[in-house]
Amino acid sequence: MKNRVNRSAGRLSLLMFVMASLFVVPATGNELLIRITEGADSAIPVSVVPFAESGQMPEGDKVSRIIQNNLQMSGEFAPLPPEQMLSLPSKGSDVYFRDWRLLGQRYVLVGQVSNSGGTLRAQYELYDVSQEKRLVGATASAPVSASRSLAHHISDRVYEAITGVEGAFSTKLAYVTLERNADGAIYRLQVSDVDGKRARVRLESDEPILSPAWSPDAKKLAYVSFETGKPAVYVHELESGNRERVADFPGLNSAPAWSEDGRSLLMTLSKDGNAEIYRMNLATRDLSRLTNHWSIDTEPSYDHTGRGFFFTSDRSGGPQIYHKASEEAEPRRITFGSRYNARPRPGPSGRYVYYVHQRDRAFHIARTNLESGAETVLTRSESDESPSVSPNGRMLIYATKSGGESVLTVIAADGGAAYSLPASRGDVREPAWSPIVR
Amino acid sequence: MKLTASKNVVALIFSFALVAGCSSTGETTGEDGMGAGSGSGSGQDQQSGGTVFGGDDGSSVSSSEMTEQQRQEAETRAQEAEAEAMRSITTFYFDFDTSEIKQEARDVLVAHARYLAANPGQNVRIEGHADERGTSEYNLALGERRANAVQRFLVVNGTSRGQTETVSYGEEKPAVMGSSESDWAQNRRVELIFD
Repeated sequence: MKNRVNRSAGRLSLLMFVMASLFVVPATGNELLIRITEGADSAIPVSVVPFAESGQMPEGDKVSRIIQNNLQMSGEFAPLPPEQMLSLPSKGSDVYFRDWRLLGQRYVLVGQVSNSGGTLRAQYELYDVSQEKRLVGATASAPVSASRSLAHHISDRVYEAITGVEGAFSTKLAYVTLERNADGAIYRLQVSDVDGKRARVRLESDEPILSPAWSPDAKKLAYVSFETGKPAVYVHELESGNRERVADFPGLNSAPAWSEDGRSLLMTLSKDGNAEIYRMNLATRDLSRLTNHWSIDTEPSYDHTGRGFFFTSDRSGGPQIYHKASEEAEPRRITFGSRYNARPRPGPSGRYVYYVHQRDRAFHIARTNLESGAETVLTRSESDESPSVSPNGRMLIYATKSGGESVLTVIAADGGAAYSLPASRGDVREPAWSPIVR
Repeated sequence: MKLTASKNVVALIFSFALVAGCSSTGETTGEDGMGAGSGSGSGQDQQSGGTVFGGDDGSSVSSSEMTEQQRQEAETRAQEAEAEAMRSITTFYFDFDTSEIKQEARDVLVAHARYLAANPGQNVRIEGHADERGTSEYNLALGERRANAVQRFLVVNGTSRGQTETVSYGEEKPAVMGSSESDWAQNRRVELIFD
């Protein structure tokens, strides 16, 4: 496995490669811990009052606690610690606005959660303190085993009611952890909630796993795995665990990116001599070559129109971000600010593109406003990689180094608050934020 | 094909040092790494110094000629040892974001190329690597470009393309852990793996 390429095995399984249990390990992964490293000055003061409880509550974090963490993680809110609250109301009629005004709070969330026959039911109300007005009053329920999903759902409703933007707390993160030991390395492709909890290992290999990318319906991941001794692109159905090896050509098979309709993948192949970008129709496996240059062309990502795409090319001498407005269009160079700009990821609005940017020997995450061309460096740490934008465009996750190990950090997409998500052991890298599933 | 690998290597590297008409015409083309496949091909077809001497000198051996032959054989052995020592180097380093083969790597790679040319049954896996800086996918492509540069160099110097296989690991398999300039320099590399 380590040094040999088993070509015959590769060919046999080229068409339909159903996962052997050897690799897919539907086991509990190592959860990421949220570590708050930086707060935002402009964060909105909000109070998530601990929910009243009746009946058997699930083990682990309480629903209201999860909501509080989520709001804090967004960087847009500064939740009041419950011990500083003057009262702990659980329904609207018990909310005394004067108390909350005194505490400088703009919003208050109150609620109750009950367990009846294994179903967790939450009744919650969100109030605007200054207007003394109820913004949300709703109930939601879920099996007790899905209490975190229930909390994420309420977080989304609260977030949207206050900001007017769809919440992204019910989405998922995919990432790769790397554990080095005496025998070598163990790579694990994992999927967790956006708060790092409920992590599950989806693939385990002693060879590298790279570049997980979510299908638009969030049901599949495409990624690069070296399990045969060389890079190949796989499509992995999360629920069934079935996988297909969709690209295993000579040379590079890498950097998969889904089309809007989920029917094609952009990818980097070097079968024709050097790294070029192709579109593969997943049903027919037909390839269309989309770039043609002697330089490296890689890291494609569709833009918000779903027709054009961003990519990295070193055709100017070093890696820079380019955009093709359509498959036929001439590439337009986007970045000029430094010698190294790579791995573009557009935000959902089409206004910004995010990427890795080298400045003074350090690698940061930066974004360019595509209308004005203005570039903003968003991070200050020195080895920042793999930016992935939340589907609502408000948060950004990326990998960085902390104490010699790779950790994930979440920031507001305009800079500001930062939260790091270190793995309990080993490195964590290559984060990919899932789409919102409606 | 009768040539031993090491003699071929020696002939190439030290062709300028060898006196007599013992066959360095083919090899000189390969010297600068630009001689295209022809240099190596003709080199293989030529008779080696040893074979030539054996045939030519068989009937009229004088003691002084023997001494000369012994001297040459000793020299050849020394050169073989040197070529073998050279071939013990299987890792080649690169500057940041480049795939240019460094000057000091060229003689060693030529030795490898000639060895492979002389041993068509021997395959080599060429692994390209990058340091941890920059993005993983770009580094994958950069590692491939480095591996391809070495592959081209070997082929130009006589190795058959079919003997080679390239793979890039990008920044995934560092030779050394750590994030200093010297760690990075050791990780920007191509490794030749002979099976």
